Amino acid sequence: MQKNKNTIFDEDNENKMYILSVIVENKPGVLFRITNLFRSRNFNIESITVGITEKPDLSRMTITTVSDVKTLEQLVKQLQKLIDVIQINVLNKENAVYRELALIKMNAKDPTTRIEIANFATIYRGNIMDISNETITVEIIGTPDKIDAFKNLVSSYGIIQVARTGVSALPRGAVNDDL
Amino acid sequence: MSEMSGAAALMAALEKEKVEYIFGLPGGANLPIYDALVDSKIRHILVRHEQSAAHMADGYARIKRKAGVCFATSGPGATNLVTGIATAYADSSPIIAVTGQVALPMIGKDAFQETDIIGVTNPCTKYAFQPRVASEIPEMVKKSFYIAESGRPGPVLLDIPKDVQQQVTKMDFPEYIKVRGYNPIVDADLSEINKACEMILKAEKPMIMAGGGVILSGAFSELQTLAELLSIPVVTTFKGKGAFPENHPLALGPIGMHGHAEANKMVQEADCILAIGARFSDRTVGRFDEFGKDINVIHFDVDPAEIGKNKSVNAAVIGDVKSSLRSLIKLIPKNFRTNEELSKLWLGRKRELVNYYEDSIKDYSREITAKKALKKLREILPADGIVTTEVGQCQMWASLHFDVISPGTFFSSTGLGTMGFGFPASIGAKAARIDVPVVDIAGDGSFSMTENSLAVSVLEELPVIVFLLNNQMLGMVAQWQRTFYNRRYSGVHQKNCPDYCKLAESYGAQAHRVSSMDELDKALKVAVKSDIATVIDIPIDPDEDVYPFVAPGTGLKDMIIGA
Repeated sequence: MQKNKNTIFDEDNENKMYILSVIVENKPGVLFRITNLFRSRNFNIESITVGITEKPDLSRMTITTVSDVKTLEQLVKQLQKLIDVIQINVLNKENAVYRELALIKMNAKDPTTRIEIANFATIYRGNIMDISNETITVEIIGTPDKIDAFKNLVSSYGIIQVARTGVSALPRGAVNDDL
Repeated sequence: MSEMSGAAALMAALEKEKVEYIFGLPGGANLPIYDALVDSKIRHILVRHEQSAAHMADGYARIKRKAGVCFATSGPGATNLVTGIATAYADSSPIIAVTGQVALPMIGKDAFQETDIIGVTNPCTKYAFQPRVASEIPEMVKKSFYIAESGRPGPVLLDIPKDVQQQVTKMDFPEYIKVRGYNPIVDADLSEINKACEMILKAEKPMIMAGGGVILSGAFSELQTLAELLSIPVVTTFKGKGAFPENHPLALGPIGMHGHAEANKMVQEADCILAIGARFSDRTVGRFDEFGKDINVIHFDVDPAEIGKNKSVNAAVIGDVKSSLRSLIKLIPKNFRTNEELSKLWLGRKRELVNYYEDSIKDYSREITAKKALKKLREILPADGIVTTEVGQCQMWASLHFDVISPGTFFSSTGLGTMGFGFPASIGAKAARIDVPVVDIAGDGSFSMTENSLAVSVLEELPVIVFLLNNQMLGMVAQWQRTFYNRRYSGVHQKNCPDYCKLAESYGAQAHRVSSMDELDKALKVAVKSDIATVIDIPIDPDEDVYPFVAPGTGLKDMIIGA
């Protein structure tokens, strides 16, 4: 018996994070079609970001999903079937640059707390975006892991609000989208 | 370039696509379209409910192998189409549904008869268009047909706001169109076909499993050539029923939940399964993990997403199955001879199983049973007569007891399982093939759902035969309640209401109630020659079950062959 070779990924049924870089038509209803596909076929979305590409009639969606390879393969094929989807690249931590931005607002009534948080932010190469008598808001840019680590670090001060953009990613090196 | 309204451009674009029929029903938001229809050469078939319009377009498409067109107004008109669109989607049938929409400035204002039909139908359409200016209409119509009919076919929705229908502008009708994100694969990768070929040639007990894809691509002669060349027995899925002549010595008929017993049995004994245009549905294979376990499974399909969806396979040939089968046949060496000894054993096994099950599956001891009635239908109906079915016991009996002789003359709502599909779909099929008799094998439960299409069949002179197996029950549900719920019947008794003969006559159709095989014989002989719609009411025993039966969640090996 031959091992199944008709899969674009190695056989491995562990759940992992994958980043899908999806080039789509830049027109109304496309985001709805894609998110509805995830819902109706029971796929998971960790985060999704959408923005215009170097070509004005195309958008790039960056979708992070946690799944096993079999599910991922099916997900990619189902996405490819959508007529508004032009191209899909499956990225991972090794072959891509990827970043997320988070704004984190914390309790900081005490001046020493504000200084401590500001120091942590410096270590994480974050920026202080806003300070009031009661709060401090920090901007952190990095991988989702880094943002999680910062959040854990400051959680004892009391996090009031968090806004995260989701992951944006591009493949490393000389890769053209061939569009 | 000429100036015309959006509605007129729609009709002109449909004429350019050589549309013969439009099945539809007008309303407020598609009045401009219906006005343009007056000047069109296309024949309009007025339905009594939009669901039937979609089923008629579907039935037309399945026989013509070309997209069928249906019209409805906005809001409830459009939502009434949804069951028909979902049915076509589940069975990969190309239909173009054109809906009226409230005028652009009213969209999003919860206007009268406004519904977001693109949102509603998203999961069951291949694509949807909504023109914002009238000049977009000709190109969108052309793209709709291209998308609906190519690759794996499916329904496309064209939702046109009323003011866009009315807008008069210069129109350009493109000869060529391109859809950037859509490139259906036609010719398969030769190296995969080669791999598939090697697996088949070295198999000792090969089996072909033909699915609906064979019918959709019209690969009948290629399938038959391959099977005969290598003496491979052929089972089908239910959707693939009639892809291969069922009176052929290599034919075993459909497998599945109510598949032929010998087909279900023999497919488990094969050492190589060649699935052609089939999607390994739960109703066909039972348990995904048990089916084709530890043997070579080869999958031919036009849709790459079907590969590995339900079943991991050993070779995958992605492309139009007609073209793939032609390539496969060319690869078989001219001097190749099947091992006669092995082949004899394998084909002998088929005869053995057929004889065994013929003796062990008993028919009910009544003057008329579903089995006897369907055998009689086969006897009277010409080989090129078209047969469709409703859903439930009538459908499964048709699968078991009605042999399709001429490929591509049978279809049914196999994926969605839509009760009420068969009758309107048979009218659509009649429109596609006016020269042959068309029969809807019906049950009383399903027929009740779209019986008002009798008006369409009579008034539009599209006569079909409703072969009504009447057990006064929602029979399949009753069978499951008998089998799995300890005979606790719940909500299944239709109590012989209405009187189907009087009902048919009130529409101006012919009706026969038969109480013996002799009367059935006579009624059928009259009906196949009649130019008026005919309902043949055939009372059968409400306790008659469909066997064999593979219970849900079990594998084909757990098949039950009788009570």
